[in-house]
Amino acid sequence: MKKILTSLALVGFVVAGGAAIAAEEGAQATTAQPTHFPMKELQEMDWSFSGPFGTYDKAQLQRGLQVYKEVCSACHSLDMVAFRTLEGLGYSEAQVKAFAAEYTIHDGPNDDGDMFDRPGKPSDYFPSPFPNEQAAAASNGGAAPPDMSLLAKARGLERGFPQFVFDIFTQYSAGGPDYIHSLITGYGETPPAGLKIPEGTYYNPYFDAGVSLKMPPPISDGQVTYSDGSPETVDQYSKDVAAFLMWAAEPHMEERKKTGFRVLLFLILFGGLVYMTKRKVWSDVAH
Amino acid sequence: MSEGHSTYTPKTGIGRWFDARMPLPRLVHDSFVAYPVPRNLNYAWTFGGILSIMLVAQVLTGIVLAMHYTADTGLAFDSVEKIMRDVNSGWMLRYLHANGASFFFVAVYIHIFRGLYYGSYKAPRELLWILGCIIYLLMMATGFMGYVLPWGQMSFWGATVITGFFSAIPLVGDWIQQLLLGGFAVGDPTLNRFFSLHYLLPFMIAGVVVLHIWALHVVGQNNPTGIEVKSKTDVVAFTPYATIKDAFGMIVFLFIFAYFVFYLPNYLGHPDNYTVANPLKTPAHIVPEWYFLPFYAILRAITFNIGPINSKLGGVLAMFGAIAMLFLVPWLDTSKVRSAVYRPWYKLFFWLFVADAILLGWLGSQPAEGAYVLMAQLCTLFYFAFFLIVMPVLGLIETPRRLPNSITEAVLEKNKGGGGHPAGAAAAPETKG
Amino acid sequence: MSATDTHDPNRRDFLYVATGMAGVVGAGAFAWPFIDQMRPDASTLALASVEVDVSSLQPGSSLVVKWRGKPVVVRYRTEKEMKDAEAVNLGDLKDPIARNANLPSDAPATDANRTAKGKEAWMVMVQVCTHLGCIPLGQEGEYGGWFCPCHGSVYDTAGRIRHGPAPENMAVPVYEFISDSKVRIG
Repeated sequence: MKKILTSLALVGFVVAGGAAIAAEEGAQATTAQPTHFPMKELQEMDWSFSGPFGTYDKAQLQRGLQVYKEVCSACHSLDMVAFRTLEGLGYSEAQVKAFAAEYTIHDGPNDDGDMFDRPGKPSDYFPSPFPNEQAAAASNGGAAPPDMSLLAKARGLERGFPQFVFDIFTQYSAGGPDYIHSLITGYGETPPAGLKIPEGTYYNPYFDAGVSLKMPPPISDGQVTYSDGSPETVDQYSKDVAAFLMWAAEPHMEERKKTGFRVLLFLILFGGLVYMTKRKVWSDVAH
Repeated sequence: MSEGHSTYTPKTGIGRWFDARMPLPRLVHDSFVAYPVPRNLNYAWTFGGILSIMLVAQVLTGIVLAMHYTADTGLAFDSVEKIMRDVNSGWMLRYLHANGASFFFVAVYIHIFRGLYYGSYKAPRELLWILGCIIYLLMMATGFMGYVLPWGQMSFWGATVITGFFSAIPLVGDWIQQLLLGGFAVGDPTLNRFFSLHYLLPFMIAGVVVLHIWALHVVGQNNPTGIEVKSKTDVVAFTPYATIKDAFGMIVFLFIFAYFVFYLPNYLGHPDNYTVANPLKTPAHIVPEWYFLPFYAILRAITFNIGPINSKLGGVLAMFGAIAMLFLVPWLDTSKVRSAVYRPWYKLFFWLFVADAILLGWLGSQPAEGAYVLMAQLCTLFYFAFFLIVMPVLGLIETPRRLPNSITEAVLEKNKGGGGHPAGAAAAPETKG
Repeated sequence: MSATDTHDPNRRDFLYVATGMAGVVGAGAFAWPFIDQMRPDASTLALASVEVDVSSLQPGSSLVVKWRGKPVVVRYRTEKEMKDAEAVNLGDLKDPIARNANLPSDAPATDANRTAKGKEAWMVMVQVCTHLGCIPLGQEGEYGGWFCPCHGSVYDTAGRIRHGPAPENMAVPVYEFISDSKVRIG
């Protein structure tokens, strides 16, 4: 065993050494016109859903839904989220029904062969702001705003060595919400001297695919009125909407972690029993 | 070895009736109950059993996922999301399957490295080793095609890049690529055939696993000393000794697996695969699943033309060559001693090779630029040197340490000198508790 | 066996039994998700109730909607059709049970029990033959009710089996008139 540990340590040194050399090499590339994005590291926030016992803060999710509905939904769809699932935000069946009815759903054809509009039902999905992707791209300067259903899992950055090793133990998996929060709060900074910002785009050092993006700063202080007295700031809005999008992308997270705890507990107990049995079985054989 | 006479005696009338007509209970008894295993196997030998349960788990979760999945480029992504959101326990089954693939590879890599360390490929186990290599190849094909099915950005672009390997073949390359894709680019025909093959290949793996186990039961298991079994005192019965030890190894492995499934289900995946495939937009950098990364690094390390071979074909050849090395190992190693325990120099190079493979894996995940390219080239050089130079030469020049006469002698020596408990009294401390 | 085992055989047996039991429990728990996933999923259950506008129906006509993947007929019966159904002696029925999901499972198959109170003219029913699942034709057969072309089952105007191989009256689903022109099924 000792030998294996020594050997693993050797392996570790070689790998770490190689990584360090490469990392130093990489650092030199950040000059005037950067090639690696984002330019700044994400700010890591404290999320209520982090860690093995993390749960969603339902009040925060409801605020996030409000921000999505009043701001983001003007351009971004949420195709995969059905109204019925909003009960996961702590709403009652009647509230969900009323919420769904505020939307107009294009349905049909009816018996006469015509398409028609009707109020939404809980079994409907959030309607898209644009009839199709081409229309979305055409109205937004050629780039269709991404669907937000999975955004919180579809973003998140390379963590690099040795961070990705620590992540296993800290269970860091909030790269998406951290990215969304950093991006929304990351507008308005002065670009470094000499940096070229293409026309019609907005500088944002947290954007993961360039120096700037086509989305203008989406929200400003006081734009959404909260009923629960939470601060009406961009920082709060972006945290709330990021948490909501995490829920939208991973609605079964709480159930997952709860199940996981039971599974691990069982495996520890079962493993203990099997280990004792194993000791017993092998007690008459030197090995 | 199992080629001895069978010790199975049916106890009941039904047992005798069966035994005379189809001796399946006898086969099970001889293979998994009375089968003799060396008494000195360590926990590295539990990975065969772990791999078996991973294969079964993957087949089971895969079959139920296929009940909900739709292989159509317009529907595949949504059908996976439906599994994640609406299907009862769907999120668990999908995360089990996706992470199960990764942990299948974790187990197979430990299994392969164990074989390399203890010389499990040496005569008479060459065929056993090659069957294992075939299973590994089939696993890679299955894993690759499975990753395409969710139809995310990485699925699409991974499929594009990997099928692009075949276009490097001179003259017939483009024809072969179109044959694989069923079109000029990855599309509906590709997705459908990949789904079909992804469902088929695990059953082929299971078939080769049967051959692998058959071959194993003919030649018997290797062991940490690398000395063949010589007498009855060298072995114990498979059941209960190996079964209970395997069971404990499996539970520890499943614990780590479950930790990832339930707490870090997307840690081993890539965020880009949660964006639906877009044939008009390539992700910033395409990365295959982690278990292909060392080979991907070797592919990208060949940035130069070698004589008439251009760098593209060179990279593909190097990559396939890296896998081909494994098939040749039984004949590349010239040493008369099996186990690295008695080969001080081989042991050192073995661990350097492990480090090299891990480093290659890490480099495969980094962008191919600057110092990374040079490092990948050096690592690739060492990778091939390990097989083509170290293995043949070391066997000729290395002086092995003194070998014990038998497994039993090795066990007794270890227990005497290593501070372990004396034979026969191992259970004493815990019976008190 | 070593000396320690012979002192306390019970403890060893207990350990083996406990380990075996834990293994069985674990295997059982692991099997559950595989069965669970076969149940109707959340999106299917969300569509489990439909609302139908019946304002366009005239007496003697009917419409069919799809509910849970099956056809549900809403038939606005004429006076004569209702009278015929009411006049039937319960003893003549092949299946004397109402088969109405809105009523207790032993309610007799009177015409009133086959319909909703105050809405006796309306027959709302899963239009699936209780024999082997074919779809009977409406306004057909000996009683002017339904006739199944597959194996010749004949139903009356209250959807009750009168003769033929079908064992039961056609099922009445859970439904409710939420207004004069709207029925919610399920």
